[in-house]
Amino acid sequence: MTETLNIDCDLVIIGAGMAGMAASLFAGNRNIDTVQVGNTSEIIFASGLMDLMGVHPVGSGIIRKNPWDSIENLCRDVPDHPYAKIPPTIIHDASEELIAFLNASGLAYVRHEKQNALVLTPAGTVKPTYFVPRTMWNGVRALETKAPCLIVDIKNLKGFSARQIVASFKSFWPGLDHATISFPGPVNQGEVYLEPLARSLAVPQNRKALADELRPYLKNARFLGMPAVFGIQGAHRILSDIEKLVGIPMFEIPTMPPSIPGLRLKETFESNLSAKGIRRFFQKHVLGVQVKGKEFIVQIGDKSPETLIKTRGVVLASGRFLGKGLSADRKQIRESIFNLPVHQPDKRSAWHNYEFLDPAGHPVNRAGLETDDRFRPLDRSGKAAHEKLFAAGSILAHQDWIRQKCGSGLAIATAYAAVNAFLD
Amino acid sequence: MKTLKTQVLIIGGGVTGAGIARDLALRGVNCLIVEKHDINAGASGANHGLLHSGARYVSSDALSAEECRDEGRILKKMAPDCIEDTGGLFVAVAGDDETYIAEFPHLCAKSHIPVEELDVKDAREMEPALSSKTIAAFQVQDASIGPFKLSMENIHQARTLGCELLRHSQVVGFQVIKRRIVATELRNLLTQEHFMIEADQVVNACGAWAKEIAALAGCQIDLLYSKGSLLVTHSRLTRRVINRLRPSSNADILVPGGTVSILGTTSIRIENLDAIFPTVSEIDAIVGEGAAMIPDLEKIRYIRAYAGVRPLVGTASEEGGRSISRSFTLIDHEKEGLENFATITGGKLTTYRLMAEKTTDLVCARLGVTKPCVTQTEPLPTDPATRWTKPGIAPELWIKHNDPQDLLLCECEMVPKSVVNSLALSIHEQNGKPDLVSLGLRSRIGKGTCQGTFCAQRIAAYLYDIDEMTGKEGLENIRAFVSERWRGERPLLWDTSLIQAELKEALYCGFFGVEIND
Repeated sequence: MTETLNIDCDLVIIGAGMAGMAASLFAGNRNIDTVQVGNTSEIIFASGLMDLMGVHPVGSGIIRKNPWDSIENLCRDVPDHPYAKIPPTIIHDASEELIAFLNASGLAYVRHEKQNALVLTPAGTVKPTYFVPRTMWNGVRALETKAPCLIVDIKNLKGFSARQIVASFKSFWPGLDHATISFPGPVNQGEVYLEPLARSLAVPQNRKALADELRPYLKNARFLGMPAVFGIQGAHRILSDIEKLVGIPMFEIPTMPPSIPGLRLKETFESNLSAKGIRRFFQKHVLGVQVKGKEFIVQIGDKSPETLIKTRGVVLASGRFLGKGLSADRKQIRESIFNLPVHQPDKRSAWHNYEFLDPAGHPVNRAGLETDDRFRPLDRSGKAAHEKLFAAGSILAHQDWIRQKCGSGLAIATAYAAVNAFLD
Repeated sequence: MKTLKTQVLIIGGGVTGAGIARDLALRGVNCLIVEKHDINAGASGANHGLLHSGARYVSSDALSAEECRDEGRILKKMAPDCIEDTGGLFVAVAGDDETYIAEFPHLCAKSHIPVEELDVKDAREMEPALSSKTIAAFQVQDASIGPFKLSMENIHQARTLGCELLRHSQVVGFQVIKRRIVATELRNLLTQEHFMIEADQVVNACGAWAKEIAALAGCQIDLLYSKGSLLVTHSRLTRRVINRLRPSSNADILVPGGTVSILGTTSIRIENLDAIFPTVSEIDAIVGEGAAMIPDLEKIRYIRAYAGVRPLVGTASEEGGRSISRSFTLIDHEKEGLENFATITGGKLTTYRLMAEKTTDLVCARLGVTKPCVTQTEPLPTDPATRWTKPGIAPELWIKHNDPQDLLLCECEMVPKSVVNSLALSIHEQNGKPDLVSLGLRSRIGKGTCQGTFCAQRIAAYLYDIDEMTGKEGLENIRAFVSERWRGERPLLWDTSLIQAELKEALYCGFFGVEIND
């Protein structure tokens, strides 16, 4: 028998991805007595980029310059989209509040004025995004100006080839060049993993050794790009330090998951949310929720209930299939915790298109929870399932964050709206 | 226009074409195989990998049963490296036709196919995955065979004897003068260049596509298309081949192949060859019916589905065409006025050697070559380049060599850089350029649980590093590779597979934006 512990609070946030983290931050900033439960391992799959809106309509396949215009068009064309329930000023306030928190926590972000930035990816493509980690910003500038630029990869690091990036852009960016270095230090035998390299750069001496390794390759380059590896905490400071030693502006290129920028987000949220008074049960599961009148009893634990939390409200930010907020068998898609009705295609053969890259996107990705205007999921009769049960993030229906390039913005804005609706 | 010359032009790079090339080469005849896509692109690469004992056909098709019996024995001796001699069981479950069960051992005896009745309890001890509702079990001599390795090794030996393989080369027309095909026109599908081949003899070994090729030469073949879909399980469920003891139907056979099992098939009549992919309803039917025999099939994870088309010679009207003979047909087109053209189609993987022998006999008779067939007695030499198709080989050698610099590019199937290097070399030898799809075909790359999520970009990056890719080829390759994998994933995306697919789309579309970048 596991001893159960009982806790009382005002709000339980289920989920520790971007939507859950944002909801906790907003709740903490509003002095709501909050408990957050969820597995934080998903957030390290984040690229570190924070997009608001990159592609609309999805079938156009066109990367949009101005996310705010796109959001306006989206709300007109797809009135069911979660963004259509939130005024643009609120989306703006939500994202600025979150970015202010990250900036204050040492994870600096930069953006253009009302314009998406394009970030290089290891696949030799560009990703549109609104907020860019400061450590990546020089890459945006380099691409915009097509200035002579050196891309450097690391020997024995898989999935990142400077040659691939250079070859892919060379036709319209002739000043690109590539080089390969052995990352200095003892971690040099076989396969290279980014996390130990990133941690090693907390030591000034290692930064100097890296700068010494890079300098011979510079030639006439005016920018230098490398895989995102410049430390976990205080990355911008570490990068500035190395830039001074190397002598030209440098930038990070986001890498395949699990990535260092994802790890930075995870550590930043983990270490700064408790200062906001959030009680966290990370790496625990919600095993069940009972609704008792106006209250919820949330059971959490590993396998058997370890803690019972009595709460007045719940924000369900449990994600989609990867986050396990939704699950599917051969017949249908279910919501995992409350068994809420899930808006979905009527049969499995309609979940996915025949072509993976079908420009329209797969119908299953628009499945999810339907809500009222206050982000309360609907029950089978079409009414709010509970006065104080809210949903936020990718679990919501009628959006395709992957194809619309709106994952972070959607998570942040709906978390903000859900937390504010709880306070009303 | 460039013109190549050869004694025999073989159209079709499946197992039949490969077998004919080897047989011709062993009789001293020069030949050239042309293939529209790549080795085993049709039914030769989309089947169970089952070496039939013949027992499957004893009630419906005694000729096929006996052909399978003899050919199975020959291949076990001549190509042991391609075969895992697993043995097989025929099992019936409660509700299955008792008369059929009772007749089965007698029919096997009549066709001289060894069969041994087992106590049901013993059968379930031998194969614990069998249903508790099993009511009868018989042991037979089925085995599992690697079709890709088999074709590669046939082609390999043919090449060492001077024959050639041209991939990505599609036949677009024939020039006929005085009852002879004097030249065949082809298009290289990579460069779009047209070229000609002048051959003394032309063999049409295109499987389901034989009708279309024959039509280009003005010949008509009555061919029906029967699509069969199959499922690959995440792990191996049984030691032996398990057949359902009943008249052929959906999901009757579970064949172990290395670390996985393959369940199938359906039999669906299709009218054309444009859209050969497994559908959601087929997959649901296979899982549902297979579970009656092996209940775990309802719960386990599937990693891939695929479909092939059986060419059935005839004009039967029965739905699906299960009752048409599975024996092969060799058509001498002389009666239609073409002296140097022949078509070989129908048949089974198990009988490919016999099909090659009969075809080669005809071609050699026309050429005046008297040397007899030796493939019943001449062992098939192993081609080192084929070993990477076998599950478990890459990890075994990687662990043995223990080179810390030899990074695993495909972690699910443990395929390291050194294997990619060796595959790239062998693809260059077959007049090609290594791309992700052709590397995947020749190895376990992308065939594990992640279905290419991590390895597609990792291998693309590596191919740039070793100068095998330039420009935007990486992006094009990634698109082609994930699209190719998708066809086999789409019908089975539920539970864990759906989670994996979501991660893959988040990476390739959400992050890389391969769908919106030019």
